[in-house]
Amino acid sequence: MVTTFLRKFLNYFKESKKKYGVQWWILVIGIVIVFFVTLTALFPGVFAPYGPNYMESGDQFAPPSFQNIFGVDNLGRDVYSRVVYGSKTILGVAFVAALISSLIGIPLGLISGFVGGVFDRVLSLIMDSIFSFPGLILAIALAAMLGPGIVNITGAVAVIYIPQYYRQVRGQTLSIKEEVFIEAGRAIGASKLRLLRKYIFPNVLATVVVIFSLNIADAIMTEAALSYLGLGLPAGIPDWGRDIAMGKKYLASGYWWVITFPGLAIVSLTLGFTMVGESLSELLNPKLRDK
Amino acid sequence: MEKTNIIEIKNLSVDYPIYVGNVHAVSDVSLNIKKGEVVGLVGESGCGKSTLGLSLLKMVRAPGVISSGEIIYSGRDILKIPKKDLLKLRGNNISMIFQNPLNSLNPLYKVSDQFVETIKTHKTDVSKKEALKMSEEMFEKLGIEKSRLYEYPHQMSGGMRQRIMIGIALIMNPDLIIADEPTTSLDVIVEAQFVDFLRNLKDEFDVSIIVITHNLGLVAELADRIAVMYGGKIIEKGNIKKIYHDPMHEYTRGLIDCIPNVKADQKKLITMPGAPPDLINPPKGCRFSPRCSKAKDICFEKLPELKKYDGHETACWLYE
Repeated sequence: MVTTFLRKFLNYFKESKKKYGVQWWILVIGIVIVFFVTLTALFPGVFAPYGPNYMESGDQFAPPSFQNIFGVDNLGRDVYSRVVYGSKTILGVAFVAALISSLIGIPLGLISGFVGGVFDRVLSLIMDSIFSFPGLILAIALAAMLGPGIVNITGAVAVIYIPQYYRQVRGQTLSIKEEVFIEAGRAIGASKLRLLRKYIFPNVLATVVVIFSLNIADAIMTEAALSYLGLGLPAGIPDWGRDIAMGKKYLASGYWWVITFPGLAIVSLTLGFTMVGESLSELLNPKLRDK
Repeated sequence: MEKTNIIEIKNLSVDYPIYVGNVHAVSDVSLNIKKGEVVGLVGESGCGKSTLGLSLLKMVRAPGVISSGEIIYSGRDILKIPKKDLLKLRGNNISMIFQNPLNSLNPLYKVSDQFVETIKTHKTDVSKKEALKMSEEMFEKLGIEKSRLYEYPHQMSGGMRQRIMIGIALIMNPDLIIADEPTTSLDVIVEAQFVDFLRNLKDEFDVSIIVITHNLGLVAELADRIAVMYGGKIIEKGNIKKIYHDPMHEYTRGLIDCIPNVKADQKKLITMPGAPPDLINPPKGCRFSPRCSKAKDICFEKLPELKKYDGHETACWLYE
């Protein structure tokens, strides 16, 4: 049974590869990266040989070797273990932030687009004013105001992405609202809540999935930037952004591995989510897909 | 035997206030629909027939407002009942079929889900299994294979989708169905099948139907009675045969003359000169007077009332 399932899966894989071409590869590579990082974030103990704050994992500034594959930092901590444990932090913050902003942005967009009127005007104005700030600047301001802490940084990152969901969902709701099947739904006695839930929401879902994925990619960068600037998490929690900030002063002395590996981790994780998001947006859109 | 009235529209007026003024889409219209009867509502584009249909479910879109009148259904005024009861009424007692069947089904749900949804909205105690059984029976009556119930709307043809829309409209056994241009997006062959189909279903379910259309041929096939609208008013109503063979109002006569005749040696299509009236500032007298070839002085001065002439009603000064 397992083998037939596996064969089916492989067949499907092969066919899809033929059908969708390069985009399919991009999606697969993206999914592999995201999947792997998610695994390390969920079970860091399995992957990391040392604890993130264990200071006797090797000699100070020992270069990459079999014992410490990414080298050792200035305090004698294993860089590889810190990268593994850091994935938990950054992925958690980015994911929860994207989740919060979607949970706020999507319902607001739906209601605003559906109800219209003064409510829509006021909310659009608020969202547009948030949107008009550069995301990072706003996040820095919020994080500085709230102070360091995992909840605060998640909140700061979440707020700046709400308008993206809001605007997209509101626009789609406005156009779907005019479709005949909504009118037909009303004619068979569907209430407003039901129209929103069963008629409009499923129709905007596809775009939301794409935004969500691209959003996490962006949130990772924002989180890393915030902690690089020291506005992120309190010391003690392993974090890629802060590791880079700490390690950068040793770069001139030739200890490149202290910042290179966290940096690579940020780049590849962001790339992974972007690849997933971009190819999903193409594959989910039938007009682009069957070219 | 005189059949009872299912629905009574009394002096209904619907306005669309827009920036240049008030569009009187429907003004002072009265119409009764009897049990098991098909009434054709005929008129050219923009004469208020769709608005009249929508107001029966109190579904006139903003900025439209129903400014006066009553719609009596089983002793109650639809325009005054609370919102909650209105939702129960829609689909359960009065259903509507829309102009475009191709877009009237939610593209993301299977047809079966859309049937079940309709049933469960109105009868919460019905289980999903029973609802599916009801839908399958309905499919049989619609003449579609049962297995196709579990497909998505895009897998069906236009004619099938139109039939499914009617199935959804009929599933709760309503008293009245409002069909707003039900055949506009179908070709003539499917249209002919559809007319047969609707006639049979009407007898089977004993439902009244209002057919809103500009297609006089469709109405001739389907309707028992006909009401002709012009400029937001009903200008003639009566028995279908009478209207076809001996129309009284000049506008109705014009409409019927416009139907191309296959047998006659006719080289050109007959058209009606002029354009529909401006509903913001309608003509002072009879609304058809600027286009009417037989207009008298009084036609430009005073609005004629609907008057009975041996069982047939028309609003025209020529017969006074």
